[in-house]
Amino acid sequence: MIPLEYYLILSAFLFVTGVTGVITRRNAIVVFMSIELMLNAANLTFVAYSSFFGDVVGQLFVFFVMAVAAAEVAIGLAIIIALFRNKETINIDEINILKW
Amino acid sequence: MTLEQVLFGFFALVAVVSAVMMITGKNPVVSALFLVLNFGALSGTYVLLRAQFIAVVQIIVYAGAIMVLFLFVLMLLRPDREQSYFKDKPQMKLLAIIVGVLMLAQIAYAVLSTTTGKVAEEASRIETGTIENIGRELYTTYLLPFEAIAFVLLTATLGALVLSKKKLD
Repeated sequence: MIPLEYYLILSAFLFVTGVTGVITRRNAIVVFMSIELMLNAANLTFVAYSSFFGDVVGQLFVFFVMAVAAAEVAIGLAIIIALFRNKETINIDEINILKW
Repeated sequence: MTLEQVLFGFFALVAVVSAVMMITGKNPVVSALFLVLNFGALSGTYVLLRAQFIAVVQIIVYAGAIMVLFLFVLMLLRPDREQSYFKDKPQMKLLAIIVGVLMLAQIAYAVLSTTTGKVAEEASRIETGTIENIGRELYTTYLLPFEAIAFVLLTATLGALVLSKKKLD
């Protein structure tokens, strides 16, 4: 049997990869994909604990996280499309209309 | 080495490599495809964790629905290849790596310094992740969150329609 820690370390690595993607990439869609990666890392932790403790609630939470992720992607991509229509770019360095 | 260990090593390796390739790739479409690979590998680890339902839903929802949405938007917008962030700010690359390594060390320390409680037996672990078990919990104890999530999805659908239709001023 694989120890629980292996799954947690894998999840931690994926999460940190997502964070690094968010802080280094400029393409808004790739930043968004990095956020999906972080959500998935959290899901892996949920499922690992759920499975190791024999408690189904963790997997229910993953189910809800997936639904929220789907909603988030729909809204986020709509915002990106609206931004592209107005600014002709999805480079997050150039999208600074809220900057004062 | 048991088959389970071999499979875990394989899936973990694929997940790690595809995640790194995703954030380093220059072309967003290639990044998206690496993310699909990453979701597939994670689905494999879910099967190893005896979470069969979540593994299937992961493929259907993430690798299927969400990534198709991403690829559609990439096709519609066709973004230019972004110039490397590090070209005009080379010191940022070092900083990003330092932040990543520090954060990983922090989480790894937290994981390794806590002791795990009692682990369930193999027989009950296999029972946990079945559709029957999840469905029963979902429609009894967690019925209200289930309804709420349906409402969230409806709102998101309406929001996406409104946002992508009219121009922002």
